[in-house]
Order: sequence, then C-alpha cells, then structure tokens
Amino acid sequence: MTVAILKSRLAKRPIQEPTTWDRLKTNKSWLGAWFMLPAAVFLILFLAYPLGLGVWLSFTDTRIGRSGIFVGLENYEWLSGDSTFWLSVFNTLLYTSVASVIKFAVGLYLALLLNERLPFKAILRAVVLIPFIVPTVLSAIAFWWLFDPQFSIISWSLKSMGLITENINFLGDVWNARWSVIFANIWRGVPFVAITLLAGLQTVSPSLYEAATIDGATPWQRFRFITYPLLTPIIAVVMTFSVLFTFTDFQLIWVMTRGGPVNATHLMATLSYQRAIIGGNLGEGAAISTAMIPFLLAAILVSWFGLQRSKWQQGEAND
Amino acid sequence: MTDTLAGKLAAKVADPQRMLTASTADNSEGMSYLNRLPRRLVTLYLPLGIILFVLLFPFYWMALTSIKPDSQLLDFDTYSPFWTWNPTFKHIYKLLFETDYPIWLWNTMLVATCATAISIFASVLAAYAIVRLRYKGAQWVGGAIFLAYLVPPSILFIPLSTVVFQYGLFDTPFALILTYPTILIPFSTWLLMGYFKTIPYELEECALMDGASRWQILVKIVLPLAIPGLISAFIFCFTLCWNEFIYALTFISSTQYKTVPVAIVTALVDGDVYRWGSLMAGALIGSLPLVILYAFFVEHYVSAMTGAVKE
Repeated sequence: MTVAILKSRLAKRPIQEPTTWDRLKTNKSWLGAWFMLPAAVFLILFLAYPLGLGVWLSFTDTRIGRSGIFVGLENYEWLSGDSTFWLSVFNTLLYTSVASVIKFAVGLYLALLLNERLPFKAILRAVVLIPFIVPTVLSAIAFWWLFDPQFSIISWSLKSMGLITENINFLGDVWNARWSVIFANIWRGVPFVAITLLAGLQTVSPSLYEAATIDGATPWQRFRFITYPLLTPIIAVVMTFSVLFTFTDFQLIWVMTRGGPVNATHLMATLSYQRAIIGGNLGEGAAISTAMIPFLLAAILVSWFGLQRSKWQQGEAND
Repeated sequence: MTDTLAGKLAAKVADPQRMLTASTADNSEGMSYLNRLPRRLVTLYLPLGIILFVLLFPFYWMALTSIKPDSQLLDFDTYSPFWTWNPTFKHIYKLLFETDYPIWLWNTMLVATCATAISIFASVLAAYAIVRLRYKGAQWVGGAIFLAYLVPPSILFIPLSTVVFQYGLFDTPFALILTYPTILIPFSTWLLMGYFKTIPYELEECALMDGASRWQILVKIVLPLAIPGLISAFIFCFTLCWNEFIYALTFISSTQYKTVPVAIVTALVDGDVYRWGSLMAGALIGSLPLVILYAFFVEHYVSAMTGAVKE
C-alpha cells in the first residue's frame, strides 16, 4: 500500500531540474551581492561619492547656494600663496607629531605600569579609559574652563604654590594655546594607546622575562629586546590610528580656540570648516581637505609596510 | 583572548586574599614579587598616581563646578576651590528646565539609536558575506572596508554637506541618521568579521546539510553565537554616534534638532560669567549615559577596541 503511494508520488514528481531561482539561491556571488547591498548603498552614497565629489569640488569655485564651474588648479594656486594655509599645515604637523610621540610614550609607560601586579587592576583599567569614553566635545569644554584666562584652577594652584605671579594666559597666547590644545589631545588619546598596548603586553609570556633576567638582562634590555619586538605589530596599528585621528582632529580645536589666537591653532580641518561652511567658499575648503589626503595616504602606507614586516618577522603561525 | 584575561582579572579582584598570597603560583604575575614595597612605591604607585590624577582631575573639576553655588564658583580665595560644603542643584535645574537640554538629549539618543541599528544590520550582513559566503572578490571588499574606516569625517564633511543638501535632508535628523553609518559600518563590519571567523564552520555545514538557507543559518546559528561581538559593536557604534561633532555641526542649523555636543557649544555658551556652572552640568549630564553604558559593558568595550586593532 504505502509502497504504491510512494511509487505514484515518485512517478508524478520526477527529479526537478533546478530552476534559475534555485541556482541563484545557492550561488555565492548572487547571495553575496544581496548581503552586501545595505552596506554598499551607504558606503557608496555617503562615503565613496562624497570623497570623489570633494576632489571635484576642489577644482571648482563652488560657493554655498551656487554651483561652481571648473577652474582647474586655481584654488590650489591661491592656497599656495596663502600664509594662513601654510600656518595651518605647520600647526597640523606640529600638533600631530608632538601629540603622537607623547601619546605613544606616556601610553606605553602607562600600559607597562598597568601590566604590573596591582590591586584593583580591573577597576584601574576601567577608570583609565574614561577620558576616551566621554564625548570629546564635553571634555574639551572642561578643558576650556580649566584653561580660563581669569579663573583657571591651574593658574590659581601654581600661584598659591608661589611658582608664578601672574595668571597664565593659556588660550590667548600663540604658543601657550598650541601647547594647551596639544595637552588636551594627549590627555584624550593616552587611554586608547595605553589600553590597546596593555592588551598586547598581556600576551607576552612572563617566562621570557625570567629567562632574560637569569641571563643577566637589565630592565632596559628586557624592554628593548623582549617587550618592544613582540609589541611591534600592535604598536604599528595603534600609532597609525592615533596619527590619523590626531591629524584630522577638529572637535578639540573648534571647541577650545576656534583656530585662534591669530590662527595659531588652526588645523587643516578647522581651516577648511572656516573657509567652506562659515566663509561659504566650498571649493576652497574642499581644496584644503583634499590637500590632507596625501598625508593620510603616507600614514597608511607606513603602517601597512610596518605590518608586513612584523608579519614576516613572526611567521604566519602567530595569527 | 581579552575575555579570558578579563575573567581572570575579575576573579582576582573578587578574591583579594588569593591575590595577595598566591602571587608565585600564578604564572602571569612574573617576577614582580622580587620588587620590595619601597621600590614599588617609587617606580609604580607614584607615577601611576600622577597619571591617574591628571586623567581624572578634569572630571572632578567638571562635577564640582556643576554643583557649586555661584558665590563660590569664581572666588577661589575665600572658599576652598577643591571642595564645597553647600552643593546646589541650581545649575542642573536651570539646564533641565530652562533650556532645551532635554530635547537635545532626546535628539542625540534618537540619532544614535537609529544610526547604530542601521549600521549593525548592514554590517552583520556584510561581515557574514565576506567571511562565510566568500564570494568572488570578498577579500578585496574586506580590504576596501578597512580603508573606508580610515577615511576621516573631517575630509568628507564639505562634499557631504552638498550631498545632504541635494537629497533634501539638510537640517533634519535624517541627515545624521543616514550619514553616521558611514563612520560606523566599516568599523563594526571589521569587528564582526573577526567574531564570525571564530565560529566553527562545521556548525554551518551541518545546517546546510539539513537544508537551512543562508538566511536561516545567519539568524539561527551565527548571530546567537556572536552575541558578545554584537554587543561590542553596538556599544562602540553608540559611543561614536554620541561623540560625533563635525557632521552634526555642519548639517543641523535649527536648535531643536541639535545633538548635545553641538548644542552645548553653540547654544549654551553665552556671555554670562556664571555660565560655567550650567556648562559643566551640561557636559556632565551629556557624558553620564555613555559612562553608565560603559560601566556595565567595560569588557565588551575593551575587547571591541583591542579586537579591532588586532585584526
């Protein structure tokens, strides 16, 4: 009985040829395209297209509310003779190099300290990250208040300790303002560097240090020949990110000084905002942004080759 | 890796007695027992204390300023500047009931939640496709997404502002909800790719044999196993949204649509010499949601940060 039913069913439904739809459902490229669609829509519409558009705008004289015409390299020619632009390039390079180097040094030092045997280590680690969690703008406002020309608590403390007699004009003086914003940037960046490097440090086996100590290595040698080589890959990545984000920083400067005093703290990002959005000169602002791209590419390439080298040093097995 | 370490750390904190006595038994303690206390004081606790002081003082000062009465706010000589015996909620009250602060908080929350949801949805699909479908060119797409993460908002905001204007999104919350994912998708895709790679392929093969579709595999097998990764991605995206400044500053001009960071800088700053109280209160309350979220998910946050760096 059942056999008969089965037979009749089988007879009625010969093995189906897979339809186009069935093929598509299992086709990896087809499925992959559908899965990629949402991300691709966003990244193309709001990232790739604007990126290209930005380069195009830098060759036009577009202003807010008026579409521009192609003017070739005019914006760049104008910028190359503009001392404010070159000042902003200088500021950006100073800001990035000083802040990155100190962030790296202090961050590595803090990571080494946190890697020691400590009570309440987990809590300490959590607390250290707080400056990185709190929105930059909000901590920048706190720094603005700390650096107030009249009521700065730093000036007050130094005065009551007898170290200075006059209030320090933190954000009003050219070099003071530069060092102040650099300090705020370091303050915000150190936790990120420290915690990521700490994660790298925790993978280094203590027995390496013990072996080196038995062989008579000094603490500096232990750092130089064990810690540093093993950390190189993670250092390369962390510092790439750090340099990229410092180079393109906008928030801290805009909140604390808006580029002042006399353009002394204008970075390329803040200058492009000022020229493009406030001044309405979109083409010129886009040219300043576009001028940042070569620097960013250089940073990415340096880290890329740094990574390749460290992979080669470690062998593939370490993945 | 971070998770296991975190577990170890948590266990140590929970059991201080063991931590004090069993240092030699625990391999990870290394040789620190060789250093005696006075030496540790100078080389470890002192520098750590100084760094922690510098890192945390701005927050203390922020919190203190927001509860000081006006009379003590600027007068450091009569009253001790580092403490107040007459805390007042005047600044906070003024902020919450006399300004648009609650609206700005709501805007920030709305934008951050929507943008995060969109980004996680898009990145889950993209990450799964790149790691597991491995269609033609998947590796290249993975690389391109990493590069997209390196494109900073501060070189995109000028062309994006014209794009946003063309699409008619200017000065609406959608301008932010639709542009923030460009910052978030590359990061969370990259992060989730790492998590998906750790899920055994055999599980998916079994499901495929049983006739599950790719969509079913993703929803019923991969996602439940990747929940820690999803939480990490969610927290990181949410924090980034809350933090974002330059797009919000450029694309939004009416006060009622502003987000907290922009509104504080543009709308709350006035000429009043006592404004510092409410400014600091605004900064404090604006940071609190993130700090609370962070306090609950520290380990996820740290693993997101370090995981993304290590990939």
